[in-house]
Amino acid sequence: MLKRVHFPASLLPYLLVAPQVIITLIFFIWPASQAVYQSFLIEDAFGFSTEFVWFENFEYLLQNDHYRDSFGRTIFFSAAVAFLSMSFALILAGFADRVVRGSTAYRTLLIWPYAVAPVLAGALFLFMFNPTIGIFPYLLEMVGYDWNHYLNGGQAMFLVIIAAAWKQVAYNFLFYLAAMQSIPRSIIEAAAIDGAGPTRRFATIIFPLISPTTFFLLVINAVYAFFETFGIIHAVTQGGPANSTTTLVYKVYNDGFIGLDLGGSAAQSVILMFLVIVMTVIQFRFIEKRVQY
Amino acid sequence: MTFTKTLLASSALVGLMAGAAAAQTEIHWWHAMGGANGERVDRMAAEFNAMQSDYVIVPTYKGNYTETMTAAIAAFRAGEQPHLVQVFEVGTATMMAAEGAIYPVEEMMADAGEPFDGSAYLPAVVSYYQTSEGELLSMPFNSSTPVMWYNADALEAAGVGVPSTWDEVETAAQALVDSGMACGLSFGWQSWVMVENFSAWHDMPMGTQENGFAGFDTEFTFNNEAVANRLQRIADMQEGNLFVYGGRRGDSLPLFTNGECGMWMNSSAYYGSIVAQAEFEFGQTMLPLDTDLADAPQNSIIGGATLWALRGHEAAEYEGLAQFLTYLSSPEVQAWWHQETGYVPITTAAAELSASQGFYDENPGTDTAGQQLSLNAPTPNSRGIRFGNFVQVRDVINEELEALWAGDQTAAEALDNAVERGNELLRRFERSAN
Repeated sequence: MLKRVHFPASLLPYLLVAPQVIITLIFFIWPASQAVYQSFLIEDAFGFSTEFVWFENFEYLLQNDHYRDSFGRTIFFSAAVAFLSMSFALILAGFADRVVRGSTAYRTLLIWPYAVAPVLAGALFLFMFNPTIGIFPYLLEMVGYDWNHYLNGGQAMFLVIIAAAWKQVAYNFLFYLAAMQSIPRSIIEAAAIDGAGPTRRFATIIFPLISPTTFFLLVINAVYAFFETFGIIHAVTQGGPANSTTTLVYKVYNDGFIGLDLGGSAAQSVILMFLVIVMTVIQFRFIEKRVQY
Repeated sequence: MTFTKTLLASSALVGLMAGAAAAQTEIHWWHAMGGANGERVDRMAAEFNAMQSDYVIVPTYKGNYTETMTAAIAAFRAGEQPHLVQVFEVGTATMMAAEGAIYPVEEMMADAGEPFDGSAYLPAVVSYYQTSEGELLSMPFNSSTPVMWYNADALEAAGVGVPSTWDEVETAAQALVDSGMACGLSFGWQSWVMVENFSAWHDMPMGTQENGFAGFDTEFTFNNEAVANRLQRIADMQEGNLFVYGGRRGDSLPLFTNGECGMWMNSSAYYGSIVAQAEFEFGQTMLPLDTDLADAPQNSIIGGATLWALRGHEAAEYEGLAQFLTYLSSPEVQAWWHQETGYVPITTAAAELSASQGFYDENPGTDTAGQQLSLNAPTPNSRGIRFGNFVQVRDVINEELEALWAGDQTAAEALDNAVERGNELLRRFERSAN
């Protein structure tokens, strides 16, 4: 039988978790509750007249075709960014894992893009793809393709996806490489002795063994694509042409900071917050079951 | 050692200067002028500070127009507002609606005992910022108006003169393309140039209630046949690249300065950029006239920004601010600013001074903007526009027009959609302002 031990009540554990609790309260709970409160208001920019309208801001949004469209667009954008950046990172990591000579140089070069701020990444792509002075439209014109992302929504979407994915490849690469290098060499060598080629070893041993990393990166990339790509979209397309690259988070910024419609913008933030909560729950409940730790 | 002595002496000097500065009243000015114009703003402040010893103007760059306005509003809500803030013209309705926050400059000048003569200013410039009773709310600072820029070498090579009507623009665009140019015409700031100014230029309203001047219960009416026909014809000009859309705001500038498009309609304030970038003879001329709509142009309306005084400071500080505004609108300062930047002079005296200095003779065409603005006495249709949430409305117009240029809808559909969505935004603004 287990002996019951009573420890004297101590303040120490509370003190130890206090910093985390305080930070969460100040930097998450408080602003989030402010956003929820603001989303029930219609207010002028200076805050002189405030009207409490319950769910009217939400009704207005959900009846708005353009807002509903930006939902689908955001999901497409996020899925494309996550898929592209993760698959490229996986391929690059798979190769880098096999490099023996000069691997540090390779890795350093592949990690660089992560140090580029989103706005700068956007600016780089903006210059490379500028329809008038960019190098890519110039090359595309030689093969007879007309590039003008100021007018063509599909091209604009393609451009922001590429820019956003490019920036995230480095981060994904780092995690994938670390995961691959933590796989015991003996397993891979045993497979090699049994006659499995590099592709087969990757498909049957490496990829399943790094599934926890893939899952982790899926969560991170989805959140990245939802929230942090704002800077890229802002720099490259400003949500245009004709709304074709306006994602949910860009619309929050646009309505709140450009349009000064604080209530409407706060309502969008609240919807976005719930969306991310739901998404994370789904990921942990359903996708995580397929992950082997 | 001499070095130590110098160091001591200079630090003593700095100490003295800091002491002197502390005795002066600081006046904070938040502005949105980056780059070369930011340096000019600093120069004006420094010159004013050197002229007198009671006040120190402290200019601070707060980012682009939107960022500056948002920063000032956030600061006001926190009780930390500057004395003076630069706000772009489309923010006018938002600022006006905030009666407790703004200190109308005419009233502020009167309270501070600073002489102010409203008739010294160009009517088309100040009318945008006056109440319907004629009281000036904010001080015009950097104002421009859209003009038509043209590549003189290209027009000559194509064998056509400088167009003054839309029919001539179409002919010239065809001639330019025939002579080997990549495109005939492009423009930027399309809501401002092709809707707001197109309407004013032909003396047509773009909304009810005197374009919003007479009340918040205004509605858009720019989905009329006149605007739709013109935009449809421009959309049709995309066939054969007679017209090429090059993006919002000034994104299409390289199309013109690279020599791809022979004509470009946009702000007169691109003068400095075009001088720096164009390697051909260029000129500016008045906006083209649609002869189906009017026999002669009315006047164009302005863009740019004004300076708003914010409440909540000491009376003595406003006296300093009033003196600074008098200095800013003096002919010498205005003429210098106008000649350096391409913004229009805001007073008749500054325009006359520029003329007498020979600036217009040396730089032909630089008085186009001023002429366009003072062509006729402004009517309720050409005085300006005052719509709430107009920053978003401009985005809506951008979006719908982009769908027109992409061939997804006709001009009539684009304008109907823009009006419908714009009116929703107006109703939301009306509610928040009451």
